[in-house]
Amino acid sequence: MPCGRAWWVMARTELRSSLTSRWFVVLLLVAWLPFVVRAAQIYFSSSVAQASFLSVTAQTFRDFLDQQSLFVFLVTIAMAGSIANDRRVNALQLYLSKPLTRVEYVTGKLVPVLVCLLGVTCLPAALLLLLQVAFSGGTTFLLANLYLLPAITLVSVLEALLSAFAMLALSSLSRSRRFVSIMYAGVIFFTAALHQVLRVVTGSRAWAAISPGDMLDVVAGAVFRSRIEPPVPVAAAVLVIALLIGASMWVLARRIRGVEIVT
Amino acid sequence: MNPVLVLETLSVRYGQHWALRDVSTAFPAGAVGLLGPNGAGKSTLIRAALGLVVPDSGRVRVLGLDTQRAPLQVRARVGYMPESDAHIPGMNAVSYVAYCGELSGLPRTDAIQRAHEVLYYVGLGDVRYRNVEQYSSGMKQRIKLAQALVHDPDLLFLDEPTNGMDPKGRDEMLELVRDIAHNKGLSLILSSHLLPDVEHTCDHVIVMDKGAVVVSGAIASLKGPGGRVFEVRIKGDTARFASALGAAGLECHDSEEDVMRVFIPDERGASFLFQLAAEQRVQVRHLRPSVPTLEDVFVKAVGEK
Repeated sequence: MPCGRAWWVMARTELRSSLTSRWFVVLLLVAWLPFVVRAAQIYFSSSVAQASFLSVTAQTFRDFLDQQSLFVFLVTIAMAGSIANDRRVNALQLYLSKPLTRVEYVTGKLVPVLVCLLGVTCLPAALLLLLQVAFSGGTTFLLANLYLLPAITLVSVLEALLSAFAMLALSSLSRSRRFVSIMYAGVIFFTAALHQVLRVVTGSRAWAAISPGDMLDVVAGAVFRSRIEPPVPVAAAVLVIALLIGASMWVLARRIRGVEIVT
Repeated sequence: MNPVLVLETLSVRYGQHWALRDVSTAFPAGAVGLLGPNGAGKSTLIRAALGLVVPDSGRVRVLGLDTQRAPLQVRARVGYMPESDAHIPGMNAVSYVAYCGELSGLPRTDAIQRAHEVLYYVGLGDVRYRNVEQYSSGMKQRIKLAQALVHDPDLLFLDEPTNGMDPKGRDEMLELVRDIAHNKGLSLILSSHLLPDVEHTCDHVIVMDKGAVVVSGAIASLKGPGGRVFEVRIKGDTARFASALGAAGLECHDSEEDVMRVFIPDERGASFLFQLAAEQRVQVRHLRPSVPTLEDVFVKAVGEK
C-alpha cells in the first residue's frame, strides 16, 4: 500500500462496520423515504395534468434539503462514537504507532461520516433532479435552473462538513458515545433555542449567528437564490461556518494524540 | 552489527516533569531489556522512538532512520505492543489483526493470511473469530503481540508484555518473546520492571532510573564481574552488621524477609563474613554462596536497598 493511503483503509473499515448495524441501515433507508415521496411528486406533476399543482420548482430542492436536515442530525448522532470509542479502548496509540499521520486518522474518521451524510442529502437531491429530467422528457427545467446541481452540492457539502467536523471534535473530547450524542444534540438545540430567545428579547435577528443551523439556512437561501431577507449577511454566515469548522479542527489537532499527557 | 535504536542527548518533558533527561545510549540488535522502576522513563523512551511524543531536545534514530524526519518509515518497520489494554472496538481477532496489517502497509489478502498465521503463533488460533472485547486479560496481551507482529517488523517494542497475566500465561508469553528474539531473528526491546522477565528473554539490558540510563551492557557481563555473592541471615542487630559490611567495602541489600545478599568484590570469602559477624556480636544463622543475578545489577545501579 502506498504511503498516505491508510486513511482509505480506515474509512472503508469504518463504513463497513457502521453498515453492520441493523439500526443504522434502517435509519439510512428511512432517510430515503422523503426521496420516494418527492419522486412520486415529480412523476405525477409531469405525467398527470390534474396534478400540475405539484409541479417542481427550484424551491422544491431546497425544501427537500431542509427536510433532510433531520436525517443529517440523526445520522451524525448515530456515528457519534467514531473517535470516542477509540479513546475508550485506547486505540489511538495503536493507530498512531502505525505508519499513518494524525491528519490521515482524522480523514479516515471523517470520510465515512461525510459519505453517509451526503448519501442522505446530496445523492437523493441530485437523483431527484435527474428524475425530473427523465419524467418531464426534456431539459427545459434543468437548463432554466443550471445552478441547481452546484447549489445542491454546495449546500449538502457545507452541511455535511459542519456536522461531521463538529461531531468528530466532540467525539475526541470524550470516551462515551452517548455523552457525545447528548453534547451534539445539546449544541444544535441549545444554540437554536438561545437564538430564538435572544431574538424575542432584543428584537434583533442578528442573533441567528450563534446558531449553526440558522447560518446554514442563510447560506442555503443565498445559494438557492431565495428572496427572503437573511438575518445576517451571507458573508457573515460563511464566516461563522468557517470558524466553527476551524474550531473543530483545532480541537481535533489538540486531542488526537498517541499519548494522553496529564500535567 | 549496527544498533537498532540510538538516542542522542534525548530529553522529554511533561509539563514541569522531566521524563527523560539527556539520555544517550544505543540499543544493539537482538533482545534488549529496558529495565527500571515505574516512572523511570521506559515507556516515554519507546513513545519517543515511535514519534508519539516530541522530544524537547535530542535525536532518536530507529533502524538508521530519524524518528522526527521519517516517522512513517520508522513505524512501517517496527511493531509496538503498548502497555495499556488497547484494541480496535467491534472486531474479531482476525479482522483486527488483519486491519492492523493493512494499516501497516500490507495488501488486504496478505494481511488476512498473516493475521491467521500470527494468531496461531501467539496461541489464539482457536478463538480467532471471537470478538476481541470478549477476550480475557491474558488473551488481550497476546493479541496486542499479534498486531505488533503481523507486518513482520524489523524491530519490536514490547511495553510490559506480561502485565495482568496469570503465572502460566506469563510463562507462555515469555517463551513467545524468547522465541521471537532467538529463533525468528527479530530485534526486540522489552520494557519491564520485572527483572525475571528481562533476564529470561534478553541478552542485553539497559537500566533506567529517574529519566536517565544508569547501566547498560550484556546481561552476562553485567552479572559476572570479579567477586562473589552470599546469601546471609543473621540473628542480632542487622543494621549494625549492614553498616559494618559497608565500612568493609562490601555491598549488601535485602532480598527477601531477613535474608541479605552480600556482594564481595575481591578475594575475601565466607570466613571474612564470619569474622565480621563475630566482631559485631551477631550470629550467622544461614550463609549460602549464590550467583550474581540481574537483581544485583539492578539494585546496584538504581541504589535501592
